[in-house]
Amino acid sequence: MKNEYGREILSPFTNLESNDRSKQHPSIPAHKGRKPVVFSDSISSIFDAIPITSGMTLSFHHHLRDGDGVMNLVLDEIQKRNLKDMVLAPSSIFPIHAPLVSLIDQQSVVKIVTNYVNGPVADAISDGRLRDGIIMDTHGGRPRAIEAGELEIDVAFLACPVVDPLGNGSGKEGPSACGALGYAVADLMYAKHTVLVTDHLVKTIDCPELSHEYVDYVVKVSEIGDPKGIVSGTTRPTRDPIARKIAKDTVQLMAELGLIRQGFSVQTGAGGTSLAVAHELGQYMRNHQIQGKFASGGITSFLVQMLEEGLFKDLYDVQCFDLEAVRSYRENAHHHPLSASEYANPWNPNAIIKQLDVVLLSAAEIDLDFHVNVTTDSLGRLIGGSGGHADTAAEAKVTIITTNLMKARQSIIQERVRTLTTPGNTIDVVVTERGIAIHPNRKDLLMKLQGTKLKIVPLDQLYATAIAITGRPSYPDPSSQVIGVVRHRDGTLLDTLFQRSKVY
Amino acid sequence: MRRSLLFIPGNNPGMVQNSDIFDADAIIFDLEDAVLPQEKDAARTLLHAYFKQFPSAPYETIVRINTNDSSIMMEDLSMCLSSRVDAIMVPKATKQSLFEFLDILVTMEHSLGISPRVTLIPIIETARAVWEAYEIVQCPRVSGVLLGAEDLSTDLGIPRTASNLEILVPRSLVVLAAKAVKIDAIDTPFLDVDQEANLRADAEFSHSIGMNAKACIHPLQVGIIHEVFSPTSAEIRQAQKLLLAEEKAKLEGKGAFSVDGKMVDKPILERAHHLLEKAKVWGLIP
Repeated sequence: MKNEYGREILSPFTNLESNDRSKQHPSIPAHKGRKPVVFSDSISSIFDAIPITSGMTLSFHHHLRDGDGVMNLVLDEIQKRNLKDMVLAPSSIFPIHAPLVSLIDQQSVVKIVTNYVNGPVADAISDGRLRDGIIMDTHGGRPRAIEAGELEIDVAFLACPVVDPLGNGSGKEGPSACGALGYAVADLMYAKHTVLVTDHLVKTIDCPELSHEYVDYVVKVSEIGDPKGIVSGTTRPTRDPIARKIAKDTVQLMAELGLIRQGFSVQTGAGGTSLAVAHELGQYMRNHQIQGKFASGGITSFLVQMLEEGLFKDLYDVQCFDLEAVRSYRENAHHHPLSASEYANPWNPNAIIKQLDVVLLSAAEIDLDFHVNVTTDSLGRLIGGSGGHADTAAEAKVTIITTNLMKARQSIIQERVRTLTTPGNTIDVVVTERGIAIHPNRKDLLMKLQGTKLKIVPLDQLYATAIAITGRPSYPDPSSQVIGVVRHRDGTLLDTLFQRSKVY
Repeated sequence: MRRSLLFIPGNNPGMVQNSDIFDADAIIFDLEDAVLPQEKDAARTLLHAYFKQFPSAPYETIVRINTNDSSIMMEDLSMCLSSRVDAIMVPKATKQSLFEFLDILVTMEHSLGISPRVTLIPIIETARAVWEAYEIVQCPRVSGVLLGAEDLSTDLGIPRTASNLEILVPRSLVVLAAKAVKIDAIDTPFLDVDQEANLRADAEFSHSIGMNAKACIHPLQVGIIHEVFSPTSAEIRQAQKLLLAEEKAKLEGKGAFSVDGKMVDKPILERAHHLLEKAKVWGLIP
């Protein structure tokens, strides 16, 4: 079947689609909070106690990012027990999770539901080695699917930097402190069994993010990860002149559109161009004495600096991107945690992104319909995923893509994206170093930009400019082997993922 | 009209390809110090291909050639003459070397049947060149002169300092020589890319003593240089006011007139005309 974006949805995923709003007010499973928390010192004992058997679905969060040790501990136990047909539902997968590849090859793990994947696991899946395929969700779609019962989790193994004797958990303290634990909350509440995995026990925790009433087990291990994997942030803007030019033009565009005003709200990413935009935005706000209401999403040291300087009243943090953000989260009462559901669940009427004035996002590919791909490269290799991309684009009043027009000798603008991650009707502006394109639906924005010095050009003209430099690329036909599906935040299906083209 | 002249290594394809987006008034594609000896031919080939593929640019195209090896110099020069190059930057210029270079250029143009279009920008970067500055700028086809403070300091045997006192006299001599023949006085680049405030202070000082442009080594420096070397909005308003008053005086048949209580004479009007002309070229006024 073809969806409204003209993308083919193929077996075995055609029956996956769901957009059942009757499930939007879910209740927490009744068994939660009725039994005392059991403490243990080995993952193995938890496998025995539950018990964990072949075919179960296990979930994880990704707050320890590329320093996460918990998923690998669990994978090790699956391997030892020779369990088969397991489904994994981590909120993201990083290069550190490379041990998963051999479990995929042994069909111990046969299906993965996640919001982001890169590294060796992504390559294995891109090669079609994951038997039952991958479902790529969004950061808001995942808690929706969990709460709606579409993603049923048997056991959630939640890395937790500190735990108290009651079984409460927090990300604020401990040798592996990672800050906010927003992506763990839906798993905590809705999994049939919830296990906190920690390397640091303390007597009490003030305001724990993870409440003991949802916890079944606590496992104390020697270490849950490597804090260096939580990338330490830089407070210096990039010197890349292209990124700086894009950032400067973006902030000028925001100013011309009247988006930078007292009490405005914004979300940016953590990439080089996003940080450059944050830098330029900070300068503009200082020069014009503007205080924003909030910044949200993944929090970087740049945003922390802006909060401490009074440029924003509050930060709403679903995930700390660096150790400065962890410190701020611990110390600053205006740095608030959010669950993923409070952040971006499309069925949550109070999700913070519904208050966003502007979101700044990146792109691996954009096509002439403004569709964006951040899931695969042009040859179909998995390189990431939506994360909050499709969520924030759908909800923010203005969605701006900031990107180089060309990267690695290829045009970012394509006639058709290889994979649809974020529909073009949710994208308003594309800012490149050689011009700014406005979605034709946003005539209001075009009107406001008339007479400004900004170089406003149609998207197809930007494409022509890029092609004049790079030449028209010729891509091999995609394989017909289906490896997964991209699921939109509301449960509808956006696109099919195919095995990557064999040119590597 | 130049404010900013941005050096780009001639062997860096990424920088060359993006040269049109840095907003510099002129790009200096460098074949000399920024390019290792074994990469000079590759850089020349790259620039030639780039100029051929993109025969026009929104900036003045300058190439800094090699002059210390005659065979390399001839190949550099040949590439410049067969492409879109507007000006050739001649390093380590002295009065004698520049006039000799001009002879070679004219001979080559003649043999290729090329009209004499390319201008010259000698670099003053030796003590002798500072001393000869006024003679150097009088060489035909010189459109500007660049002070090269780093090589000059080496020649003088002194360190460069944050105060820049050691280049005060050379800077002033270059300004006087250039302005005497009404060409661009181009200031030496500021090398610490991370020190934006210091770049601004350095540019403001050189502007205050008569430099009208500044070379730079990183695209992030271009914006600051433009801010310093462009007329301010107050200056533009004042110039427009003066010209309006001039128009009015002409209509009223007055030879002399005053604005804001001050008499306006010919040099003031010339400055106002020149300032508005620059403002127009640089897109500061419609």
